[in-house]
Amino acid sequence: MSTNVVTFTIDGVEVKSAPDKTIIQAADDAGIYIPRLCYLKDLPPGGHCRVCTVKVNGRPVNSCTYPVAEGIVVENDTEELNSFRRNIIEMLFVEGNHFCPSCEVAGKCELQALAYRLGLLTPQMPYLYAQKELDATHPDVYLDRNRCVLCGRCVRASIHLDKKNVFGFENRGINMRISVNSNDGLKDTDLTKDDKAMSVCPTGCLVVKRQGYLTPVGKRLYDKKPIGSEIETKTVKS
Amino acid sequence: MTHHYREQIKNIANKYGNDRGYLMNIAQDIVKEFGYISDEMVAHVAEILNIPMVQVRDMVSFYSFLPRKPLGKNVIRLSNAVIERMKGADEVGKAFEKELGISFGETTKDNLFTLLHTACIGLSDQAPGALINNVPLTNLKPADVPQIIRDIKAGKNVSDLPQARVLLNLKKEGEVICAPLESGQAIRNALNMKPEEVIAEINKSRLRGRGGAGFPTAMKWDFCRKQKSPIRYLICNADEGEPGTFKDRVILTEYPDLVFEGMTIAGYAIGAKEGIMYLRGEYAYLLDNLEKVLAKRRHLGLLGENICGREGFSFDIRIQLGAGAYVCGEESALIESAEGKRGAPRDRPPFPVQKGYKNEPTSVNNVETLCCAARILEKGGEWFAKIGTKDSTGTKMLSVSGDCEHPGVYEVEYGITIENLLELVGAKDTQAVQVGGASGKCVAPKDFGRRISFEDLPTGGSIMIFGKNRDLLECMHQFIEFFIEESCGWCVPCRAGTTLLEKKFRQILDGKGTVQSLAELRRIAQTVKAMSRCGLGQTSANPVLTTIYDFADLYAERIKEEDGKLLTFDLQKAMKVGIEASGRTMEGVK
Repeated sequence: MSTNVVTFTIDGVEVKSAPDKTIIQAADDAGIYIPRLCYLKDLPPGGHCRVCTVKVNGRPVNSCTYPVAEGIVVENDTEELNSFRRNIIEMLFVEGNHFCPSCEVAGKCELQALAYRLGLLTPQMPYLYAQKELDATHPDVYLDRNRCVLCGRCVRASIHLDKKNVFGFENRGINMRISVNSNDGLKDTDLTKDDKAMSVCPTGCLVVKRQGYLTPVGKRLYDKKPIGSEIETKTVKS
Repeated sequence: MTHHYREQIKNIANKYGNDRGYLMNIAQDIVKEFGYISDEMVAHVAEILNIPMVQVRDMVSFYSFLPRKPLGKNVIRLSNAVIERMKGADEVGKAFEKELGISFGETTKDNLFTLLHTACIGLSDQAPGALINNVPLTNLKPADVPQIIRDIKAGKNVSDLPQARVLLNLKKEGEVICAPLESGQAIRNALNMKPEEVIAEINKSRLRGRGGAGFPTAMKWDFCRKQKSPIRYLICNADEGEPGTFKDRVILTEYPDLVFEGMTIAGYAIGAKEGIMYLRGEYAYLLDNLEKVLAKRRHLGLLGENICGREGFSFDIRIQLGAGAYVCGEESALIESAEGKRGAPRDRPPFPVQKGYKNEPTSVNNVETLCCAARILEKGGEWFAKIGTKDSTGTKMLSVSGDCEHPGVYEVEYGITIENLLELVGAKDTQAVQVGGASGKCVAPKDFGRRISFEDLPTGGSIMIFGKNRDLLECMHQFIEFFIEESCGWCVPCRAGTTLLEKKFRQILDGKGTVQSLAELRRIAQTVKAMSRCGLGQTSANPVLTTIYDFADLYAERIKEEDGKLLTFDLQKAMKVGIEASGRTMEGVK
């Protein structure tokens, strides 16, 4: 509840912020876009994707969990960091099974949009072609793990926004998967299509059935403006 | 398997007060009882503890030692760590496969045996080693295998087998760890000071954390003590899982009193009433004796209420057994695990000294650090500071294994050069020394004049020696495989990056790499190092990053000149499915 203000810089631009904010929150308020994938404003940070990594006084840290402090020097939009971020997005493309041209969320997919924004062309890393399970047991939604980036947004949204526990993780390392709160698929959970958890998936992993392709090409979220522009167009003083 | 287990699970949960914080202990007891923990059992545990089953599955599915499918009556876990394989673990593995008629990962038809691989089990000085039903077997030879299987089939206890013998292998005793101690003396000295004065004495010794990172111990305790909280915890990190390290095995076997003495002093200094020793699951065989020592110390008034007659100073220790996850050696992952969750590291800040176990201020210290602390309270900070170098005071317990005449544990003064160490352990024709385990640095002969110390070559204690005849890059490849197995999966660069690194590295080892592949390898490795969430991830590319320049020749000799051909592309393989599907033959496809 402090009324203090801390002042620091992001890529040389002076930023003022309340002291209890994280770097990404302060940057958002200042209209500076730090690329991110697993972070979502209304959820506690997860620290999964590492796309929002910035350098603080020369050291890489996670901007969605790292608190602001007086006088810190933050590097964000640098070629080095952007190439690391691009590499992470590339890793996600080859780790999962993503077929953008036929995917119903193409054009509003944050993974795809980040790839465009960061300039990822065709992946050079070897595809892993992992077997991933699809759960279509629920009457209104389906979970296609082929498109999952393990951002954990659905896990956190279900807990913190819906006050349920529909999702969690299973296994470790390269075999880690999203798991659901039943032994027999989503149909045996208390998930509904109106849950907040249904609206947070950055890709086409968790989607409502019978709603695909409703938005025509040209009118999709990222058809005309790149991801992040919604933050950059904000005025600094409001 | 429907109703009879329900009552037993209820009893197990009851034993732990139906407390979610003991979920790992509950799961471990279920596995002890039934041999595995099924999806139905997971659901049942969730029901009893009144928590979502997805959380129980999340924890259970994380740990190697919590199988979710039935295993055989006897579970053989053969270590396939690098040193083990150098000493013939593959041949021993083949002998087990032949004798049992199964492959690794399988169970015999009569359900008597399951054969599995496991990472380093802390026996690299007497490799190859295995755990059979958690009992360690050492110095295995392929010829031993038939008799071992016959004996177990005949009902003999595994602990009665001739190979079930862990040698102490303490090769050099120093003055800090390997010296006699009168139990309680250091505690009594501490109790004659204020807690702040104990921290000041540690500060005078300039003691730094022995896990490898080298954080000043006095500073950690001071941070922890100064947190505004009525409850604080002290955790002893006995989860040594770094491949090639086994010095804590020796300390916990020979000097457990020194460790507990140090924990009690730390508890007094930071103001904790409860201490936890997190013991790696692979060391379950040490548990009985450690519990006996704790009981003895309680009896002597060195643990419990009013320790050494000091009114108001109470401290006790519980041992939390791990379940087979290397990442739990990372302090925040260890805390998560001790809370009964998956061992995923936390983002910092907040640091454990601010918000640790159960979100209370917690100091996590290495086994060896706590031993040093006890000795410092016995002999004084100044005495300690005279040993070693300026920035690395005291001694270091080194676990030495690989190509040398006398593998074992050596307590040496900080500052010893690699060269002198090699001489001490009888190593000749050394190609490289891996300092600090898989996550450490591969040191080339040109650097053998460098010193073991925080300011030069830091190590948690693992020293692996590779002779001239070893295929060094194959060893590095095995380290990368280890990291794939042990990545927690939480963050992208470590989860996906380690697997991708292996694929690129394998290409190069197989002679299918080009100059471009080397650049790709570097790109992946640097991303993993810079972007990963915790120390495991950040160091998991070290097997590549610490050899790619110093052993550039080894890479160069496997790289083909680029001639425009993509060496990884196999035309025959690529066309096979299509050709077969269309009913034609492979004839003529070159």
